Order: sequence, then C-alpha cells, then structure tokens
Amino acid sequence: MKVILIAKAVLVDITKCIGCGSCSVACKLWNDLEFDDSRPTVGVEAQLNDVNWTAVQRHDVQSKDSPQALWRFVKQQCLHCLEPACASACFSKALQRNDSGAVVYYPDLCVGCRYCMIACPFNIPKYEWKKTFPLVTKCQMCSTKTASGEAPACVSVCPTMALKYGERSALLKEARQLVNTNHLYIKEIYGEYEVGGTSWLYISDVPFEQLGFKTDVGTKPLPSYTHNFLKYTPFLAIGWGMFLTGLSFYTKRRNKITSQKQADDDNKETTSRKSESTEETNNENL
Amino acid sequence: MKTFKIFGWKFNITPIRICLLAITAISIVVVLIRMITGFGVITNLNDDWPWGLWISFDVLTGVALAGGGYSTALIVNILHRDRYHPIARGALVSSLLGYLLVMAGLFLDIGQWFNFWRPFISWGYSSVLFEVFWCISIYTTIQVLEFGEIVTEKIGQKFHTILKKTMPVLLIIGVIFPTLHQSSLGSLFLIAVHKMHPFWWSPLLPLFFLMSSFFVGAAMICVESTVASKAFHHKVSLNVLSGLAKISGGMMICYLALKVYDLASRNILPLVINGSLEANFLLAEIIIGVIIPIIIVFSRAGKTRKGLFIYGILASTGVVLNRMNVVFTAMAKNNGGYYLPSIWEFTVSVGLIAAGCLVYCFIVENFNIFGHTSHDQEQHRQSYKISA
Repeated sequence: MKVILIAKAVLVDITKCIGCGSCSVACKLWNDLEFDDSRPTVGVEAQLNDVNWTAVQRHDVQSKDSPQALWRFVKQQCLHCLEPACASACFSKALQRNDSGAVVYYPDLCVGCRYCMIACPFNIPKYEWKKTFPLVTKCQMCSTKTASGEAPACVSVCPTMALKYGERSALLKEARQLVNTNHLYIKEIYGEYEVGGTSWLYISDVPFEQLGFKTDVGTKPLPSYTHNFLKYTPFLAIGWGMFLTGLSFYTKRRNKITSQKQADDDNKETTSRKSESTEETNNENL
Repeated sequence: MKTFKIFGWKFNITPIRICLLAITAISIVVVLIRMITGFGVITNLNDDWPWGLWISFDVLTGVALAGGGYSTALIVNILHRDRYHPIARGALVSSLLGYLLVMAGLFLDIGQWFNFWRPFISWGYSSVLFEVFWCISIYTTIQVLEFGEIVTEKIGQKFHTILKKTMPVLLIIGVIFPTLHQSSLGSLFLIAVHKMHPFWWSPLLPLFFLMSSFFVGAAMICVESTVASKAFHHKVSLNVLSGLAKISGGMMICYLALKVYDLASRNILPLVINGSLEANFLLAEIIIGVIIPIIIVFSRAGKTRKGLFIYGILASTGVVLNRMNVVFTAMAKNNGGYYLPSIWEFTVSVGLIAAGCLVYCFIVENFNIFGHTSHDQEQHRQSYKISA
C-alpha cells in the first residue's frame, strides 16, 4: 500500500484539552448516533462503543510536583492508520483507506465477520450487538464532510483548539517543533511511527503509557505480517499441486511394478505347480 | 431399533438418535431466534470478545478435526498406500460433514448473513480470511463432487463414470486446498501480533495449524472407527489403524520439536514453567494433546484398539485445546473484559454436532461407505475368481 503524501491528519494537543466533550456531541450529531446516559462519552467511564465513535477519557495522573493528581483528557477515536490492519483484514473490502487518509467503512459490503475487530491493534471497531443485522462502527473521520474541504465535526467545534486538522506532513512538522522547543512536552509524537504511522497524532506533557495509550505496538505496519505469508500462496499452491501430481504418478507406478513382480512370481509358482500337477496326473495316468 | 423405509431409503431410529434429533430441534429454534434478534439475546459476545465459541469451536476446531479427509486422501490417493483404502470413504464422509457444519457455524456467526456471498464479488485479496473463504468454499465443493462418486453408485448412475474419471484431478485439488486453508486459519492470527501471548503468536502459526490438522486427522479416524464399530458392527483392521496412528505420531514428534524450537528461538521457553495461567494452559495442551499421545502410539498400547482410542481422544482434545487457547487464552490479557459462552451458544454448538452425527448415520446406512475396498483389490479379487 502506498502512503499518500497529501494525507490529512489531526493533531491532538493533550495539554489543551479541558474535557468538555463538545467533540463527542458534534460527532453524535453529525453521524446521527444515539445519546445514551448509561454509556457516557466523557469521564473515567467513557468508552468507545457502537454509539460512541469518539470518547474523551479522563486519566488521573500522579505528578512529582504536587500531591494532587492531575487530570488529563484523552480523546479516543479511530487513529486512521496509514496502513490499516482492519482494511487489509477485511475480506470483502468493506473497510478502505481513501485518498485523504481516512479509513472508511462501507456497510453494504460488510459480511459481519468481525475480523477487523481482531486485527485492529487499538481495539477501535465496535459492533452493534443488539441489532438484528448488526454493522461494524467506528470513526470515519467525517469523510463526507472533509471531502468538501471542511474539518471533521469534532475538530471544528473544539473550543480550546486542542484539535487541529491539516496535512499530515505539515502537522508533523509543527508538532516536532513544538515538542522540541517547549520543555513542557515530552519529546515524542504518538502516531508518528506507531504501526507504520497514523493520521491522528498526539502530543502530551505526560508519558503516553500513563494515559492508556498502547505503546507496545511497534513501528512495523501490521498488513506486512499477513502479506509476507500471502505472497507465497500462489507459488505454494502451484508447486504443491505439481509435486502432489508427480508423487501420485510415481507411487502408483511403483505399486504397479511391485504388484506386477508379485504377479509374475505368483504366475511362475502357479505354472510350476501346474506342471507338477500335470506330471502327477500323468503319473496317475501311467 | 426400528427401521423405516421410505422410497428405498433406510431410516433407523434408536433412543440415542431420538436424543440427537431433540437436540438438533432445540438448536434450530435457537438459531432462528439468533437470526431474528441478532447476537445480543442469544450470545454473550461483546466488543472485548468479538469472536467466541462459535468461531473457536465450530469453525477453527471443526476445520482441524475434519482434516482427516485430506490427510487420508494424501496417504491413500497420492501416496497410494493401498492398505489404508478401506477407511478412505469413511474419512471423506466425516470430513465433508465437518466442512458443511463449519459453513453452517460460520453462517450463524456473521452479522450480515444475507451478505455472505460478498467476498466472491468484492475481493479483499489482502485478507487471509479471503483465502480461507475461497479455499473452504472450493474444497467443500470438491468434497461434494467426491462424495458424488459414492452417491451415483445408487442414484443418478449416468453421472458415475464422468465423476469417476475426474476423480484423480479432484483428489489432487482436494489436497491442495486444505493444505492452504488449514495453514491460513493459523495465519489469520498473524495480524494480531500485539494482542496475543507469544506462546501462541508465532511466525510459524500457519505451519503449526497445518501440522496439527494433519495429525489430528488420524486421531479422529481412530475415535470414529471405534464408535462406528460399536454402532455399525464395522471393524477397521487394527493393522490399518495403528499404521495410521504411527504416521500421525511421526508428525506429532515433528510438531513438538518445532514447537520447542519456536519457543526457544524467541527466548520464551523458560516462561513455560513459570506457573502463569498461559503457561499452564500451554503445558496442558502440549502434554495431553501431544506428548502422551506420542508415548501411546509408540508403546505397546499403540497396537491395541483401546490404546488407539485413548490416543485419538487425547490428540483431538489437544487440538481443541490449542484452538481455544489461540482464541481465548492468548488474547485474555489484551482483551480484558469478560466472556463466557452462553448456554445457547453451547446448545447450538452441540446441536451442530448432533445434526452431523444423524446425517453421518443416514449416509453410512444408505451408501456403500464401509464395505468399500480398493479398486485394485476388487480387480485382483475378480481376476482371482476368474482364474479360480
């Protein structure tokens, strides 16, 4: 898969997020998702699910400087990988990465096998368990909205400018400059290299592993694990087929030869026996 | 036992079969409710555990246990070990039924079941599941055709010669495809590299799945033939069974060696005895399912019917455990959350097996499955008769 250079991205500055939840409301409104008080979108309990395509999770972080825990808010949604595992895992192309870098779900093509949920390293795709004909759900990066040049719904309503939409390369440059010059930030951009890079980038003043980020996913794009196996399949199939055909002919012929030999031996025996018996009869006759 | 004859077909009714029929009937009701209401009512699946009992047992384990079909085909029809010929048809029938059940299980487990044909049109060729889907579809078709050769002995005889002529080709294709998808079922999990415990995630997963499906084939035949000998008074010769078990035992030794090498090469072999949940499950799987069966096969017990039956049960259990471990134990730490299959999920899984047993009995009692001897042997016998 080629990495598209004009890919768009969102930069999340965790230090600026106040946890207001505007983004999650905008998300629900734009995507027409149900509001459900029992499944909050903001707070410690906030979780992604079939009606929460984004959730703002509160983390209480212990700091060295003050005895009180710090609050940090992490907006969760699909990270829109540059080489998405879910899209490569989908066997009916119901998940595809479009030209602007969004990983988009096409429900008409979905079979509902949920292999994407197994494949996603971030456990992002969720399922409509309560529906008769359930579909996979996840953030689409407002692909219909961004197609007309607008920012995703969540970005356009963020009151503190914690979310910024733009070209990935430009945002990366900006983020790099920020974390390198401002001592407040840890010198790392989450999403720059993770599983080959993602379209959502995060900068923070607290180490990412303390904020519930998966930091052990490596930098190798996940589809390559599969590709390294699948690329041999056609050759294996043809080679194996030829080998089996050859083997089949060989063993058949070998069996034939041995049985023929046996038959010959048998024949010899029987003929000799016959000659004996004829001799016997001859003797009797005599 | 009562026997009904309808249009020349035999239906035997025994108390056990009435039980099986009842289980099948209940699970059909459960399946209908599942189709109408989705997953929420019937299953305990959730966002943390998108794949549950149906995928792990009905599909992953089902395909492996049905591996007897292709491994026997390989031994009998490619390697031409003619002495194993008497079991070829039985293995084919149970393998075909296994695959049909797998397809039924898969069909139940997909949310948009009316859309199941999608991957035939919309090619997600970068997915391992795509390969699995195509291979299983084609292989099941091949098996239906192979079974057609048996059916046309009784009905539709005019197709018999055509099918018989295409058999050599079918048999070879019928070994290629299982080899591909048995291994791809393992490769399905390659992409979940960061979610699985390293005991089970391995770059060699495809090979492990393939090898275990091969050796479990013979194990299942040992179990089946013991059960069938009780039910149908058909005894497979001990010689055949123990020979088959030896071939499978050899494969098991290779499997064990590869497993140890794999763990050692990734420096996690010492973790096997650290007493963690994962380590214990791995040990259970390897000791019960591989080491003890190897000992049985290559000891004196491997020459007795009882020993072979126990060997079969243990090796099959080991493969079941292995597939369960891959789906559940390996992912437990990463997925978090909680999943215990609901009573209805168990009901459907048992119901599928019950339905399979019933169809198996019907086929065995109505077609020439066990009485079949090798073509060459038949000819030999005929020529002998003539000469006699």
